[in-house]
Amino acid sequence: MRIAVGLGKNSGEERLEKQGITRRDFMKFCTAVAVTMGMGPAFAGNVAAALTGRRPSVVYLHMAECTGCSEALLRTYKPFIDALILDTISLDYHETIMAAAGDAAEDALNQAVDGPDGFICVVEGAVPTALNGKYGYVAGHTMFDICKRILPKAKAVVCMGTCACFGGVQAAKPNPTAAKGINDCFADLGVKAINIAGCPPNPLNLVGALVAFLNGDKIELDELGRPTLFFGQSVHDLCERRKFFEEGKLAPSFNSQEARDGWCLYDLGCKGPQTYNNCPKVLFNETNWPVRAGHPCIGCSEPDFWDSMTPFYQS
Amino acid sequence: MSQTIKTAQSNYTGPVVVDPLTRIEGHLRVEVEVANGKIKEARTCGTLFRGLETILRGRDPRDAQHFTQRTCGVCTFTHALASTRALEDAIKKPIPANATYIRNLVLGMLFLHDHLVHFYHLHALDFVDVTAALQADPEKAAKIATSISNRKVKADDYRAVQAKLKAFVDSGQLGPFTNAYFLGGHPAYQLEPEVNLIATADYLQALRIQVESARAMAVFGAKNPHVQFMVGGGVTNYEALTPERIKEFRDLYKKSREFIEQCYIPDLLAVAGAYKNWASIGGTRNFMTFGEFPAAGGERDLDSRWLKPGIIYNRKINELQKFEPAKIQEHVRHSWYEGDKAHVPYEGETKPAFTKMGDKDRYSWLKAPRYDNHAVETGPLAQVLVSYAQGDKTIKPLVDLVLKKLGVGPEALFSTLGRTAARGIETLAIAQQMEHWLNEYEANIGKGDKKIVEDYDAPKNARGVGFVNAPRGGLSHWLVTDENAKISNFQLVVPTTWNLGPRDAQNVPGAAEEALVGTPIADPKRPVEILRTIHSFDPCIACAVHVIDGQTNEVHKFRVL
Repeated sequence: MRIAVGLGKNSGEERLEKQGITRRDFMKFCTAVAVTMGMGPAFAGNVAAALTGRRPSVVYLHMAECTGCSEALLRTYKPFIDALILDTISLDYHETIMAAAGDAAEDALNQAVDGPDGFICVVEGAVPTALNGKYGYVAGHTMFDICKRILPKAKAVVCMGTCACFGGVQAAKPNPTAAKGINDCFADLGVKAINIAGCPPNPLNLVGALVAFLNGDKIELDELGRPTLFFGQSVHDLCERRKFFEEGKLAPSFNSQEARDGWCLYDLGCKGPQTYNNCPKVLFNETNWPVRAGHPCIGCSEPDFWDSMTPFYQS
Repeated sequence: MSQTIKTAQSNYTGPVVVDPLTRIEGHLRVEVEVANGKIKEARTCGTLFRGLETILRGRDPRDAQHFTQRTCGVCTFTHALASTRALEDAIKKPIPANATYIRNLVLGMLFLHDHLVHFYHLHALDFVDVTAALQADPEKAAKIATSISNRKVKADDYRAVQAKLKAFVDSGQLGPFTNAYFLGGHPAYQLEPEVNLIATADYLQALRIQVESARAMAVFGAKNPHVQFMVGGGVTNYEALTPERIKEFRDLYKKSREFIEQCYIPDLLAVAGAYKNWASIGGTRNFMTFGEFPAAGGERDLDSRWLKPGIIYNRKINELQKFEPAKIQEHVRHSWYEGDKAHVPYEGETKPAFTKMGDKDRYSWLKAPRYDNHAVETGPLAQVLVSYAQGDKTIKPLVDLVLKKLGVGPEALFSTLGRTAARGIETLAIAQQMEHWLNEYEANIGKGDKKIVEDYDAPKNARGVGFVNAPRGGLSHWLVTDENAKISNFQLVVPTTWNLGPRDAQNVPGAAEEALVGTPIADPKRPVEILRTIHSFDPCIACAVHVIDGQTNEVHKFRVL
């Protein structure tokens, strides 16, 4: 199965050029994805190949969430989000950006879910399970029932963000709505979601996982369902300030010369050592990440980090 | 500008339900009763409950900003800022000037990002028929585009957009445009094909520009969404003091500003010019704003803010009232909580009591905040009206210019169109002002001030409130700590509960419910008019559905299951 970067009869590259994306830009993106996947630049050709066939249908569901993961996805670059959603995939349901509303939106969802070619389902948000699911409704159905109906039909389920992966912020103690992650809720229905953790996740990690899936590659997952390509190393191991840690140079407070000098934030509560993610390597928004901005990592790609990593400012 | 078009209207009588109401943040259901083609009554229902305030109880107040920021990833940063200001208000000590500069610059970029994404990606499709853009004459479109702004665009650029669009439509896979109300034509869509084409081209371009606007926030804020660069006492990003980072920020800011000046505002005026009939639909009466962008050294001083707080009752902009925090109360009489009594936020009390979806008595997870017992609208229109009434030297000329270009009077502001125009005015004003802040910030560093944070402990037995004028309006966080410096109560009173909340104990509808009454509906199966007014408020439901009791932590009493 392949995905397309265009629609007409011409080759993928010509179609890309029509979109204003040069071959060079496209290969640059493919290299970025390949590197993000930990495959090295040589893998870029495989990524490019995966992006030159048909447009698969993607259904993106919102559960109990804050839409931060959708916002993160909108920040993807090379290809920009317009190329991704108009040319690469067919984003047939996404409540935040779809034109249709109400019954027309429901119909769009049903068309996609019942379509002959199948669909990939991306889920953002946790599922409220208390009160028989009644803490969360869309179109008159509980979120639990929506997932139960749709997820088992998907060719693949991808959890976008820590809420869908592990429950996230609404599942923090005392978890008033008994919110749960997708695998926790629906494993007995045969659902085995790929977890792209993070609050929010880096969008390149989602794009990388989609490409790998569409390319038919085996995606190695850790015991928490996260692709080891992105979550195989700790933030601490990848951190640019690690040398300070090794030298015992730990900033004692935010308003200190040591903090000004960029020393390690471990004593200020940094959770990098317990957190598996590629933030220091991939960066957010192509420019920065929390420790570079002088703020400790809060461990946002780990299950239960809202409880297990708090208080955030204590080591 | 063009003549006012007569509004399309059916003779339908009966209910209309829009669920899910898309192109917003979160989960919203809108139920209206239509009588002879006009909305007679409306109910807005938040359909998700998350319980963040309960979760905050007993935690370190310094952690609150990270939890509350996850109320919403669209208004990202505003909750972190409100929680941090609440903490600093409880500590009652100042923060460094640079911290306020940096926060203001990040917040400014959020406004630029948020408002332009709202206009193009959340709101425009209520007015713009993307498929009709295919019928446009690219030469004529280029002529119109260059006559309304100094952008450099050629007919060939529009031909390319049409070709792309045609390939997309011909594929039969319409993706996000599947089942759009405008497909196959809709009587309430009033733009000429060329304006549809211009707006569609900019819809696509804006998808790229917003990546860079958000990147500017990350330059200082570590990432977007969900910045991570602040603590009670200031900010942590020493890199923000470097010329390299400031230049990076400035370049991205300039790009966003250029797009706003050359595309967003001219497009807004072009679309508004064709929808002047919407200048008398969708208005409300009362307005509240907290003002925003404190002066350096005055982070907690509402009066130091560049845009000032204020209250307007009954559209009387000549009788501006002072904003008084003690006048805020929250009602639950028509929400899915027990009880009928209103409370001030520090003493908020909430016991969930879900009835059923579609109930007409208790029908939303949103509370109904009231100011001095008035339902008020908050957001860009409230800020623009208050600043206009004050004769603000940035806002007033912009308002006058927009009114003149559209050929309408100030009364036109009290409408769906006015709300959407006010968002553009607010964006432009902030875009212009940010240049001054950047210069002042650089000058301050140049004077040798390199301080960005003070070290403060979490306060014991303290109370604090943080007011933020978020892109969607007045946001406040109310913090109470105990003898162990842990959170004993935390309440969030957010813009969308003011705007999209249900009726109060006196049965007075919320702002959007009021605004919908009288709206004509052309096609009850494709009620785009409901989307227009609801989207003009830019709802953010995740922000609004967090509420639960911070005092009793009671979550288990349910009346009807």
